[in-house]
Amino acid sequence: MATVSIRGVHKRYDDFHAVKGVSLEIKDKEFVVLVGPSGCGKTTTLRMVAGLETITEGTILIGDTVVNELPPMDRDIAMVFQNYALYPHMSVYDNMAFGLKMRKFDKAEIKRRVSEAADILGIKDHLHRKPRQLSGGQRQRVALGRAIVRNPQVFLFDEPLSNLDAKLRVQMRVELKKLHQRLGTTAVYVTHDQVEAMTLGDRVVVMKDGLIQQVGEPLELYNHPANKYVGGFIGSPAMNFADVTIAQNGSGLVASNSAMNIGVPEHLAAPLGPHVGRPATFGIRPEDLRLADGSEPAHHTFEAVVEVAEQLGSEILLDVSCGPSSMVASVDPTVRVKPGEKIRLAFNPHRAHFFDGKTEMAVRG
Amino acid sequence: MIEGAIWRRWVFFYIPLALFLIFLLFPFYWMLITTFRPDGELYRPWRAANYTPFWTWNPTLDHIKYLFRETMFATWLWNTMFIATASTIISLICGVLAGYALARLNFPFAGSLGTGIFITYLVPQTLLFIPLSEIIRNYKLGDTPWSLILTYPTFLIPFCTWLMMGYFKAVPKELEECARIDGASRWQAMLYIIIPVAIPGILSAGIFAFTLSWNEFIYALVFLSSPEQKTVPVGVVSELIRGDVFFWGPLMAGALLGSIPVAIAYSFFVEHYVSGLTGSVKG
Repeated sequence: MATVSIRGVHKRYDDFHAVKGVSLEIKDKEFVVLVGPSGCGKTTTLRMVAGLETITEGTILIGDTVVNELPPMDRDIAMVFQNYALYPHMSVYDNMAFGLKMRKFDKAEIKRRVSEAADILGIKDHLHRKPRQLSGGQRQRVALGRAIVRNPQVFLFDEPLSNLDAKLRVQMRVELKKLHQRLGTTAVYVTHDQVEAMTLGDRVVVMKDGLIQQVGEPLELYNHPANKYVGGFIGSPAMNFADVTIAQNGSGLVASNSAMNIGVPEHLAAPLGPHVGRPATFGIRPEDLRLADGSEPAHHTFEAVVEVAEQLGSEILLDVSCGPSSMVASVDPTVRVKPGEKIRLAFNPHRAHFFDGKTEMAVRG
Repeated sequence: MIEGAIWRRWVFFYIPLALFLIFLLFPFYWMLITTFRPDGELYRPWRAANYTPFWTWNPTLDHIKYLFRETMFATWLWNTMFIATASTIISLICGVLAGYALARLNFPFAGSLGTGIFITYLVPQTLLFIPLSEIIRNYKLGDTPWSLILTYPTFLIPFCTWLMMGYFKAVPKELEECARIDGASRWQAMLYIIIPVAIPGILSAGIFAFTLSWNEFIYALVFLSSPEQKTVPVGVVSELIRGDVFFWGPLMAGALLGSIPVAIAYSFFVEHYVSGLTGSVKG
């Protein structure tokens, strides 16, 4: 088990700068998830840790060892690939034993380790089958087994659940989490699915265009996104945004556009002071909106027109338009509204977010 | 399958298929029937009352006996087998390694090198035998099996390389990466993972290479002169066509016996080479 330090790492291909200076300290036994859209450099970063891509610039350490020049076999890591990458001509047993055989473990020890891993993963009955005789979930387990038998310092996961169907994905997600709790091996996990990132990660790293946008615990990212991108990326349904202009109004500040005119919550008034007269983005999560009932101050409400009401049972998602911006509000399942109806939505002022109109960085209280 | 009335099936499926099969198989049938037809029937004029071109009532093994007793057919068979096997093995080893390198190792000009190798395959043998015969003479290899074992790879290696390159490209890169992380060197990853996975491709390349060298004519005709060195295609043609006399019976018997090993090789590996050509690797 070990720490992983990624320090100022760049990756340039001939005409493409894939990773533009990523720095990240991963603690021992930590489960870190790299998340971002495709092409954001998350997989490239992982592959540089694995030794499958050369590092153009910067340093990567596993434990105390600089691994920049080490071949993958000498880094003491294990990697699970999206397409499982099981050796099709070998039985499940041989697939799991391959790494140990290459490292010249003796036969009895190989057997002990493989059957222990097979026990943990519940694939003991399939050890003599070939990969093509297994279902997707079983193949994924074999791929995991192949990683854990070696007892490596670091696990690397490259979108391991993406090829599974939705139900199995949820199930394997839980198993992965359990496995990590049981083994405690440092893990770096790459995914484009923010739900996976939130549920699995001790810490989540949001990446975009080869740069880290924010690093933090899942709830920290959710509650305090560092910028508009992270705000919109984390959470489902996504955060609503409305372009507004900040203006002085008596002792307080207001944020307004053609369709709304809302009071800036008190705790944000001071940091938003310098933004007066400038454009900003107001952000609010769907669950922080509700139908106004008159109990809230009028400046924490705005008017909207219902476009679609999606009944989910536990809640209703209202797709509304509010002037130029469309928003989603998650409201009580008892609410009855019709498309085209004009409603008043109230937002929770403590959970409102404002982002700089130009830099898109969050304005924090 | 064709939908609809039965007549549609016949018109659009069975009849065209039958015509195609007849067209394709007739030469083989002709070869077979001529092999077993006695000379008396073979040279009977077509106007004769008992002329039966498509059948014989008096099958005979005379032509086959003639082939083995009066010509060196057995030696030719052995020569062809030896030369084809040796040149196939050489070409496969080179082709697999070169194909792997071109498909997997990122080195400068890999792409243009691959195209270059392919282009050498396109140079016609009817041109290439002229400089090659010079080389064969200088190395004093004329009239030995080595003159062919060493020249057949000039067209077999590009062929095998190209076929294997396509096959290796279809093998998921992750398999090899995973093996490398598992502790295999690049060489071990190739030996234990990539080559076993590519066996169907290697088999189909091998079968094609074997067939190409088995049937090769021009180099064998040019580089070999004494009867005991000849291969089947050259031997049969040069020893059984004397002047303007065609010994049709033994000729066809030679052709028939000469094609049997190739047919066996094909039928033996047929499943493998189909999957080798379609390049299916399932993870």
